[in-house]
Amino acid sequence: MRLSCTVNGTPQQVDDVWEGESLLYVLRERMGLPGSKNACEQGECGSCTVYLDGLPVCACLVAAGQAQGREVGTVEGLTPAGAGSGELHPVQQAFLEAGAVQCGFCTPGLLVATDDLLTRSRAEGRKPADAEIREALAGNLCRCTGYEKILDAVRLAADRMAAGPTTEAAR
Amino acid sequence: MSTPTRTPSGAPAQMTGAGGRVGDDAQRPDGVLKVRGEFAYSSDLWMDDMLWGVTLRSPHPHARIRSIDVGPALAVPGVQAVLTSDDVPGEKVYGLELADQPVLALDVVRYQGEPVALVAADHPDTARRAAARIVVDYDVREPVTDARAALGHPTWNQLHDAPAEVTELSRESANLHPHGNLVRHLKVRKGDPEPTADVVVVGEYEVGMQDQAFLGPESGLAVPGEDGGVDLYVATQWLHVDQRQICAALGLPPERVRLTLAGVGGAFGGREDLSMHVHACLLALHTGKPVKMSYNREESFFGHVHRHPATMRYEHGATRDGDLVYVKATIYFDGGAYASSTPAVVGNGGTMGIGPYVVPNVHVDCYGVYTNNPPCGAMRGFGSVQTAFAYESQMDALAAELGMDAVELRCRNALEQGSETPTGQVVDSPAPVVELLRRLEAMPLPPEVPTGDDVDLRDMPGGVSNTTHGEGVRRGVGYAVAYKNVAFSEGFDDHSTARVRLEVVGGEAVATVHTAAAEVGQGLVTVEQQIARTELGVDRVTVHPKDTAVGSAGSTSASRQTYVTGGAVKAACEAVRARVLEMARSVVGRPVADLRLDGGKVVSDLEGVALPLADVLGDTVVEETLEWRHRPTEAVDPETGQGFAHVQYAFSAHRAVVDVDTELGLVKVVEMACTQDVGRAINPQAVVGQIHGGTAQGLGLAVMEEILVRDGRVQNPSFTDYLIPTVLDMPPMRVEILEYADPHAPYGLRGVGEAPNISSGPAVLAAIRQATGLPLTRVPVRPEHLTGT
Repeated sequence: MRLSCTVNGTPQQVDDVWEGESLLYVLRERMGLPGSKNACEQGECGSCTVYLDGLPVCACLVAAGQAQGREVGTVEGLTPAGAGSGELHPVQQAFLEAGAVQCGFCTPGLLVATDDLLTRSRAEGRKPADAEIREALAGNLCRCTGYEKILDAVRLAADRMAAGPTTEAAR
Repeated sequence: MSTPTRTPSGAPAQMTGAGGRVGDDAQRPDGVLKVRGEFAYSSDLWMDDMLWGVTLRSPHPHARIRSIDVGPALAVPGVQAVLTSDDVPGEKVYGLELADQPVLALDVVRYQGEPVALVAADHPDTARRAAARIVVDYDVREPVTDARAALGHPTWNQLHDAPAEVTELSRESANLHPHGNLVRHLKVRKGDPEPTADVVVVGEYEVGMQDQAFLGPESGLAVPGEDGGVDLYVATQWLHVDQRQICAALGLPPERVRLTLAGVGGAFGGREDLSMHVHACLLALHTGKPVKMSYNREESFFGHVHRHPATMRYEHGATRDGDLVYVKATIYFDGGAYASSTPAVVGNGGTMGIGPYVVPNVHVDCYGVYTNNPPCGAMRGFGSVQTAFAYESQMDALAAELGMDAVELRCRNALEQGSETPTGQVVDSPAPVVELLRRLEAMPLPPEVPTGDDVDLRDMPGGVSNTTHGEGVRRGVGYAVAYKNVAFSEGFDDHSTARVRLEVVGGEAVATVHTAAAEVGQGLVTVEQQIARTELGVDRVTVHPKDTAVGSAGSTSASRQTYVTGGAVKAACEAVRARVLEMARSVVGRPVADLRLDGGKVVSDLEGVALPLADVLGDTVVEETLEWRHRPTEAVDPETGQGFAHVQYAFSAHRAVVDVDTELGLVKVVEMACTQDVGRAINPQAVVGQIHGGTAQGLGLAVMEEILVRDGRVQNPSFTDYLIPTVLDMPPMRVEILEYADPHAPYGLRGVGEAPNISSGPAVLAAIRQATGLPLTRVPVRPEHLTGT
């Protein structure tokens, strides 16, 4: 089948998609966007978290055909458009500085989930409490960090995003 | 439009970073790529015209193969190759220490999930559907699933020594391998063989099978070369041991089997053994096309070894004052179907199986055994994680028997510098066991169990499931301390190779570090840069992609890479520096001893001269390649276990605070605190990250993580059913790092990664025991162990 959708603001069209393929497979193997990771294919680990029409979903659980005509946002879309090699989204920057990245396989999904949380809480004019951060990230498994530095990173990004200009990169 | 990215040439990119010397919180050179989603993991690799390879695996834990019919699979459109063991051109068995595992099943399968055949096709689902059409005729056999039964040893009754029923299997079915079912038996004999004591505590303990559960699946891309060889891009822990085994299986020399490390999504020991390596190469060489293989999560549970489950019987004898008189221990590690690292696991479990304590009389028998359970091998802290649950439980039981504080008992018997271990080795560097425990005790405790109307459910065991508002919830606090050998032991020639180059690029002196040491997330690439910056006084350090074009770095395991590859990089830098200073000597007019490299300059403090390094180098490229070894260890005596087996020990201690809903058996870990001696923190932020992560994996084994195996079959091969800690399961953690230099090690550093994985679980278990008053001799602790239902 043919699939048309918008990915990170750019219209995309791919042909010969087998109906059994997931959105994750199409992003990774047909669109050249392997940033979203495949770690369980069961919606348990959150490594493939992407925005679908502005809501975070596990791309492994979305049939490719379900994305027809919709807006998809991936980790690749978080990086500010036209950014140089060192420029990063505040959430990306905070993960780096806080030491929240070890093997990094969970990172793309966590970045999207964190961006979603912080964008929502910012719209409400507040910063999320720790318990709220933990709930928001409970669907994203990390095996390396024990989550402490991920929490540090989210707090750091929340502080900076509260102070800085709005970023609406991926959604 | 479909022109995807990610060819191997772009993976993994050369990484150059600026800033950060030894002792700094330097940032990872691969960090920007990782947060931008641009870091090429092994599962991201892609080439034009590549095929997808899949594996057909045995559904039976033990069976004889009568025949394999690949015809129906070959008939599926899109299929390019179907291979069996007949298509393995070289050695048909492989293994890390003992070559006993078939590349593809020969006549017998010995575990559920053993690879039987391979398929390559143009789409992964085509390959999977074709593999399902291969017809294998199995003669199913009874599996051997109990380690003691496999040796014909009596099965224990709880707390009784008397042999119950000796399980007599016929020798034919009982022996899973021609050399029998015993992989290794290590004896440790010290002091009086028949000691007596005022107070004796006996316990039997069991540790379940844990999975590494790295997130990045086993994967890689094999590309056939024009020379009849193959280039393999793969996620692994030790490129050269892979290369050795692949060469043997393919019947090719090393120069025709070239490996490059692809991005690794975690390892934790699970990538020490081969997985898809040979399979992808076989398919690539057979089809003449690039072949990618990437396991899904279920296959990953069958595609790598796990942590050995253990059954252990311990007897501790002490004086009434609390001085340990003797420890007797019998330890069984179930190695599953193939040897993998079982001999080394037995080595660790046997030599360090009584913990960081001084005991005059020790009698340990440690066995590694073949069964038809899933193969077990390396996982973070191996051999020590299992025994620590037993010896620390015993210390708590002994303290209770003596009416003594459990931390006091530990401190009273603690190992220290100058002590002799059960294997007769004198500890010749700091061993601050007492200080680690005292510092934990001094840390403030978290607030009491919340009660009343304003209880936040998220603070309760069971969380928002709304299972309790505090009723039936009891608080417990537990302590544990552990030690672990760093690097490879028992006489292994443990070395690493580093190539360091210094040259002028764009008017600036730039260093390049080339090693084959696998970066698996732990941050070795950062450490390599930090060392080069420190030793060569330059800012720009490029980490060359990890490959087999340079000599072996040894394995990324046993907490050894910062020590051993760090030592090699330091030595190679020193050799480069000596040559550069020699070049500078005539220009500056000072002897080499008066010169140093700093800030991109050759500095002579006496003369107050600073000469740009770029001017000294000019067009000269200074390059040195060195092999570096830590001081040698020796094999232990086969009858007594005595010998200088370990080059270094790592020490850590944990305090766990838990709340237990005693009515439902639900546990919430409220806080974890850790103290660890790291000798010298090369990168403090990364060190703390290792302690956090190790703590989480220990906590997981204590309360939730277990591969359930019934009759040799895995019951829960998914992240739905095999649970690892989420951010809701992990509590806040306090970490204190001690830095007592080991005079034998580069910069005085100690290996870091494993120790915190060892002491955290026993502390959690102790805390649950304190909260419930239950003996709890098995991990992971399940709700039914706490409720008795």
